[in-house]
Amino acid sequence: MNKPLRRIAIFCGVLILALLVRTNYLQYVRADELNSREENRRVRIERYAHERGDIIVDGKAVTGSVETNGSDFKYKRVWKDGPMWAPVTGFSSQAFDSTQLENLEDGILTGNDDQLFFNRTLSMFTGEQKKGGNVVTTLNGAAQKAAFEGLGNQKGAAVALDPQTGAILALASTPSYDPSVFAGNSDKDSEARAKLLADKDQPMLNRALRETYPPGSTFKIVTAAAALENGLYDSIDDPTDSPLPWTLPQTSRPLNNEGTIPCKNATLREALRYSCNTVFGKISADLGNKKMIEEANKFGFNDEIFTPVRADKSVYPEDNPSQNAMAGIGQASNRATPLQMAMVASTIANDGKLMQPYMVAARQAPNTDTIYTAEPKEMSQPLSAANAQKIQQMMETVVEQGTGTNAQIDGVTVGGKTGTAENGVNNSKKPYAWFISYAKTDKGSPVAVAVVVADSKANRDNISGGGLAAPIARAIMKAVIDNK
Amino acid sequence: MSVVTNTTTIGAIDAPSRRNTELIMMVFAIAISVFAYANVGLAIDGKLPSGMLGYGAGLVLLGGVAHLVVRKFAPYADPLLLPLATLLNGLGLVLIWRLDQSQRLIQDAARRGYTYSPDAPKQLLYSAIGVAFFVAVLMVLKDHRVLQRYTYISMVVALVLLITPIFFPEVNGAKIWISLGPFSIQPGEFAKIFIAIFFSGYLMVKRDALALASRRFMGMYLPRGRDLGPILTIWALSILILVFETDLGTSLLFFGLFIVMLYVATERTSWIVFGLLMSGAGAVGVATFEPHVQQRVDAWVDPFKNFGQTGASGASEQIAQSLMSFGSGGTLGSGLGQGHSDLIMFAANADFILSTVGEELGLAGMMAVLLVYGLIVERGIRTALAARDPFGKLLAVGLSGAFAIQVFVVAGGVMGLIPLSGMTMPFLAYGGSSVLANWALIAILIRISDTARRPAPAPAPSPDAEMTQVVRP
Repeated sequence: MNKPLRRIAIFCGVLILALLVRTNYLQYVRADELNSREENRRVRIERYAHERGDIIVDGKAVTGSVETNGSDFKYKRVWKDGPMWAPVTGFSSQAFDSTQLENLEDGILTGNDDQLFFNRTLSMFTGEQKKGGNVVTTLNGAAQKAAFEGLGNQKGAAVALDPQTGAILALASTPSYDPSVFAGNSDKDSEARAKLLADKDQPMLNRALRETYPPGSTFKIVTAAAALENGLYDSIDDPTDSPLPWTLPQTSRPLNNEGTIPCKNATLREALRYSCNTVFGKISADLGNKKMIEEANKFGFNDEIFTPVRADKSVYPEDNPSQNAMAGIGQASNRATPLQMAMVASTIANDGKLMQPYMVAARQAPNTDTIYTAEPKEMSQPLSAANAQKIQQMMETVVEQGTGTNAQIDGVTVGGKTGTAENGVNNSKKPYAWFISYAKTDKGSPVAVAVVVADSKANRDNISGGGLAAPIARAIMKAVIDNK
Repeated sequence: MSVVTNTTTIGAIDAPSRRNTELIMMVFAIAISVFAYANVGLAIDGKLPSGMLGYGAGLVLLGGVAHLVVRKFAPYADPLLLPLATLLNGLGLVLIWRLDQSQRLIQDAARRGYTYSPDAPKQLLYSAIGVAFFVAVLMVLKDHRVLQRYTYISMVVALVLLITPIFFPEVNGAKIWISLGPFSIQPGEFAKIFIAIFFSGYLMVKRDALALASRRFMGMYLPRGRDLGPILTIWALSILILVFETDLGTSLLFFGLFIVMLYVATERTSWIVFGLLMSGAGAVGVATFEPHVQQRVDAWVDPFKNFGQTGASGASEQIAQSLMSFGSGGTLGSGLGQGHSDLIMFAANADFILSTVGEELGLAGMMAVLLVYGLIVERGIRTALAARDPFGKLLAVGLSGAFAIQVFVVAGGVMGLIPLSGMTMPFLAYGGSSVLANWALIAILIRISDTARRPAPAPAPSPDAEMTQVVRP
C-alpha cells in the first residue's frame, strides 16, 4: 500500500502548496489593489487613526483633531470658526469622506504623502507617534473675517486675491455650514448632514468657486479690455461711436440704460462711470462673438480653474450677435464665478498680468519643516500694461465719482466696478448685486476683490452693486491694507 | 548463552524514542504562544495582559500533561504531532483572545441583541477538555487495532452524527449543529473520525475484492456492480448532506476522504477518476438548484459585487472583507492586535480566523501556519507509511487526509481559492466540537505512530536454541 500512500502524501503536499501560492498571490501580488479598494474601510480608519495635520491661516491652525471614543476612528476633525473657513477647508468627515483642501491635501494631512517618506521612516526609528503634516494657506484671516461678516446673513460670496501673486486672501460663501457638526460617524452626524443637504439655502454650496452668476456690469471691464486690445478705441477720453437709443443687432429691440444717463457717444471713462449698457453692448457687437470669447478666455473664462480646489467653468458663450451684445454687458448666457471676477479685477490691478490663483502657500512635514513652497505663476496676459492702466483710470473714476463711491478708502487709491445683474425671466427675481475692485498703494496693488450678493433681504429697488456689495469689498480691502 | 541473536525479519533496531525532542518542541510551542499573547496585550493596552500568568500556566499545564501522558503511554510516538497541535491551539487561543478585545465585535453583538461574552476563556476550557480527550484516548486505546472491531458501529455512529442535524434548526444558512440545551455540537467534526474508522475496517476486508475483481473497459478498471454499491451509497449520502444540510464542507470532506482511502486500499487509479467524476457530477447537479450553494459560488466568483449594498449576500461580503484582510496584511502583517480583521464581523474568530493570521502576521505568518498544518499532515502520512498493519495504514492516511482536506477547504475558502464552505480551521478556530475532535484525531495518530515506531519485541528465545546441544564426540 505504500505506493499510493506516497502519492497521497504528494497530493496533500500539493493542497498545501496551492494554499501557499494563493496566500503569496493575495498578500504580495494583489495587496496594493486590495488595499486601495474603496470598499476597504481600513483606508478611512487609517486616515483618522492619527492626529491629522492642520490647515494654517496667518500662522494659526483653523482646524484641529480631537480624540473620540466608541468608534474605530480614533480622531475626529474639528474646525475653529467652521462656517467662516468651510469654503476654504472643506470638510473631512469620518462617515462622509472629505472635500476641498481636506481632500486634496489628504496625503500631507494624514502624513501618508510620498513627500513625507523620509520623515516617516525617521519617526519609525525614533518611535514618534505618527502625525500628519500641515498645509499653510495664503489666506488672510482679517480679510476673510471682513468678507464673512460683511456678507452676514445674505446669500452671496466674496473672493479677494493678491493681484501681484495670485494668492487667495479671502474666500467666503454665505450662508455657510460648520463642518464640525458632521465630522464624526454617529447617527447625530448623519442627521446634521441630512439637514444641511435638505436646506433650500444650500449652505454646503461653495458659492465663491462652484456657483456661476451673470456678472452684470462688472463684465464691462472685460469688454473695455477687448475694445482697447483690439484697437476699437485708443483713448478712454475720446467720444465713442455710440448712438442712443441703440437697437440690438438683428432685432428691433432697443438696449436700455439704467435711468437717464448721458451715454450718447460717451467716452469709455464716462460710459464706465455711469455704467452705460448701450456703449458696451455696442462694443461687444462691433468686435463680434469670436473676439469677445478670445478676450474672455484670456481672463480665464471657459476653463476650470484649480486653486487647487476646482472652480467651476465661467462661461462666455458662443452666441448670435444680439445675445453676444447682451453677453458683453454680463447678461444673457454670460456666467462667472466670484473667483473669475476677482481674477478680472486683479488682472487690471496688476497691469494686465493675470496670476494663477492659489491658496496653498506651503506644506509642512509633521515636524514643521517646510517641504513645499508655492511659486507664483503667471497664467496669461489678457491686456497690455498700457491698456490695463487706462482701465485702472476708468475704474478709479467709478469709485471717485461714479456708482462705486461706497468703496472709497481714505488715503488709498481704489478702482472698482458695480454690477446689478438681472436674475430670472424678465428680471423677475431679485437681482444679483456685484462689485469688483482693487486697492492700490505706492507699492502696487495688494488686493483685488469680487463680491456678489445673490439674495439680500433688502427691498429690490434698493439692490445695487454699489449699495450692497461695495461696502463689503471696501471692508475686505481695508482689512488687507491695515494688516500689511 | 545469553547472547540473543536476531533471527526475525522485522528490524529491531532500537529506535530512539525522541521524547526529549518532543519536550523541547513543546517548550518552543508554548513559548511562542505566550509571547504572542504578551504581544497582543502590549499592542492593544500598552501593557502585559493581566491574564498572562493564568494563560501561560494553563498552556504549560495542558502541554505538560499531554507530554507526560505520551511519555508514559506512547513512548515511541512521533515527536512532532503533539507540539504542532499545541502550537496551533495556543496561537488559536491568542487570536480568539485578541478578537475578544475588538470593540467592533462587541458593539456588533450588542446591535444584534446578543449578550457579549468573551470566547477565549471558553476556548481555554474546550482546549482543556480536548487535551483530556487526548489523554483518555491514549490511556484507553492501548492498540489502535482494537478499533477494527467497531467497524460497523462506527458507521452507525457516523451516520447518526451526520443525519441528526437535519432535525435541528438551521443556523446561519446551514444545518450543521445539534443543540442540546446550552450546548451545541457540530457533529461533522466527530463524524470524520468515525468514518475514517469505518472505511479502514471495511476496506481492509474488501480491498482485494475491490482491486482485483474488475472489468477492463477503455483502459480503465471498472469495479463490479456489487462493489460499486457502497460507493454509490456514500456518494448519495454526501449529496444528501449537501442538499438537506447545505453543508458544502462536510460533504466535500466526506467524499474526498472516501476516495483517498479507496485509492490507498485498492491501489487503482481508476477509482480516483471514478470518484472525481461522481463528485463533480454531484456538485454541479446540486449547485444548479440549491440557492445556498449558488450564493457561495457567486460570492466566490466576484466577492466585491454589490459590496456594502443592501441585499448583498453575507458570504460575499465576508469573503471580500477576508480578501482585504489578507491584502492589508501584506508581507509582514500589521502585528498582532493591530489589524482590522474584525471587520469580517460574524465568524471572525471561527471560520474566518485565518484572515486574522493573514492580516496581523502577514504572508510570513500565513506561510508558517500553513506549513505547520502541512507538517501535521505529512507526519500523519509518514505514520501510515511506517505502520505495519493495513488497518493502521488506512486509518492513519484517512485521518491525515481528512485533516488536509479540511485545511484546504477552509483556508481555500477564506482566501477565495475555492467557494466558501462552513468548516473550521482545526485547532485555530473557536469551537468546542472542533477542538475536541481534532485532539482525539491527533491522539489516534499518535497511538498508531507509537505502534509503528515501537521496536519489535525481541524474539522470544527459541526453545530449539535452548535445547540444541553440541554433541561432542
